[in-house]
Amino acid sequence: MNVFNLLNALPGAVAQGLIWGIMAIGVYITYRILDFADLTVDGSLCTGGTVCIMMMLSGHNVFVSMLAATAAGMVTGLATGLFHTFMGIPPILSGILTQLSLYSVNLKIMGKANQAINVDKYSLLVSLRHIKGVVFYRNPIFVVTLGIILVVLVLYWFFGTELGCSLRATGCNENMSRAQGINTNLSKVLALMISNGLVGLSGAFLAQYQGFSDVNMGRGAIVIGLAAVIIGEAAFGRILHNFGFKLIGVALGSIVYYIVLQVVIWLGADPDYLKMFSALVVAFFLAIPHWKKKLFSGALAKKGGGSHA
Amino acid sequence: MLEIRNVTKVFNPGTVNEKLALDHFSLTLEEGDFVTVIGGNGAGKSTMMNAIAGVWPVDEGQILIDQVDVTRLAEHKRARFLGRVFQDPMTGTAGTMGIEENLALAKRRGRGRFLRAGITKKEREEYREQLKILGLGLEDRMTTKVQLLSGGQRQALTLLMATMQKPKLLLLDEHTAALDPKTAAKVLETTDYIVNRDKLTTLMITHNMKDAITHGNRLIMLMDGKIILDIRGEEKRSLTVEDLLHKFEAASGEEFASDKAILG
Repeated sequence: MNVFNLLNALPGAVAQGLIWGIMAIGVYITYRILDFADLTVDGSLCTGGTVCIMMMLSGHNVFVSMLAATAAGMVTGLATGLFHTFMGIPPILSGILTQLSLYSVNLKIMGKANQAINVDKYSLLVSLRHIKGVVFYRNPIFVVTLGIILVVLVLYWFFGTELGCSLRATGCNENMSRAQGINTNLSKVLALMISNGLVGLSGAFLAQYQGFSDVNMGRGAIVIGLAAVIIGEAAFGRILHNFGFKLIGVALGSIVYYIVLQVVIWLGADPDYLKMFSALVVAFFLAIPHWKKKLFSGALAKKGGGSHA
Repeated sequence: MLEIRNVTKVFNPGTVNEKLALDHFSLTLEEGDFVTVIGGNGAGKSTMMNAIAGVWPVDEGQILIDQVDVTRLAEHKRARFLGRVFQDPMTGTAGTMGIEENLALAKRRGRGRFLRAGITKKEREEYREQLKILGLGLEDRMTTKVQLLSGGQRQALTLLMATMQKPKLLLLDEHTAALDPKTAAKVLETTDYIVNRDKLTTLMITHNMKDAITHGNRLIMLMDGKIILDIRGEEKRSLTVEDLLHKFEAASGEEFASDKAILG
């Protein structure tokens, strides 16, 4: 176990963490703000990557392609939103339905299971080939950090507007929102669109970074997103109270996740187990509030003082 | 002002739990009426409120607010006419948002919500003044998350939110039932103050007969989804709890058995 191997791998882990961080911010919007566990992301991440790669292969500018990827992500959010609001399907199932259909959609867009893009022939915004030995503004860490700052600024502004406030209110208390004249269905659809737009953008970064788009690239994305949200809150929640900083905390959580992953690989863990490992870690952290509550109410009952809730 | 015409609502139709909650229910309110509503559990009080608010569609009948037929209007669209305070203090406010943010949400009831600022500096000053009316010191805690407030504080805040944009009709659904007596009295006092100040047309459900008698200019009693007593004017002013019990027995043909309603 050479420490230099680990150090060598760290910049890549940070870059990946940042890219997935954009997706994690999207997950934060649905999971935390809207209180909607949205499984669309497993499909929309790939849709974003796929649209970006195919657009670039057909000669479009990288920024246009990424914009299109974001828009495509938003459409997937719209689909889930309509499944849920218009058709009355429960949140998790709505996401699963979209995710499944996106598998076909992504295959159809690519024409096959994966599509590669050559960094030498196309002017990509980020690539793992640029992780070392390029001027700093070509480095993916710099580029994606810039992207995240931009995303956070826009979201910070948006969630302070009337419309943004109504989305937050919907996630917090639907009855109250409707009593105050907020169309909660519209709020939900909108939040899902924004969230999956970000996931699509993240997919566009990721596909460029790894140099290909693959129909399986989004598998388990929701778990990574949740892990980032949870780590971000656990590690930085006590110091970051401002909404904008919370979003940055989520992106940092994603970086922590990838560094831990890198360390686990470096320690010699079988990579086949990584997804299971991630899932169990997320399960553990999701259980904490439940256990806390159980422990707390148990302690009260023992004291014999549980007068009322 | 409010006209409920022959409204019927059945819950769980066709099952063993079928319940006729409103039975060809009709009620007309004049502008400025403050009507208190009493009745036992399952009498249809909350169902009446929810029918007006549009929580679900009614099976039959019509509901008009200020001559506008709202029977088929979605809940969030009717909100423009209505101010609502609920029994559960958690229901009326967004707990994870600040006091001023909640007020700003209420301020925009009945207006479009676009990309303008969710709250402005000028509004904050206005809200500070409004919060002073409550006398709870909330004007100094404007950014505090509402989930940190007590039930009474939340109800008082909800009341302020419900009347922020003058509603055509104020719906109070046992809004003091979950509070301790002292806090309940305080919230009721604030209710009276705001209703009188803005001359609001109000429907107030209560479990407390004394409150039902001392507040408002008209009292209705519900049973089995129908109005069985309707007292107003001079008769309402001179009403006592004993009168009410006698009237109830005469109207329903049974003894009023709920201790809670008598002692409340």
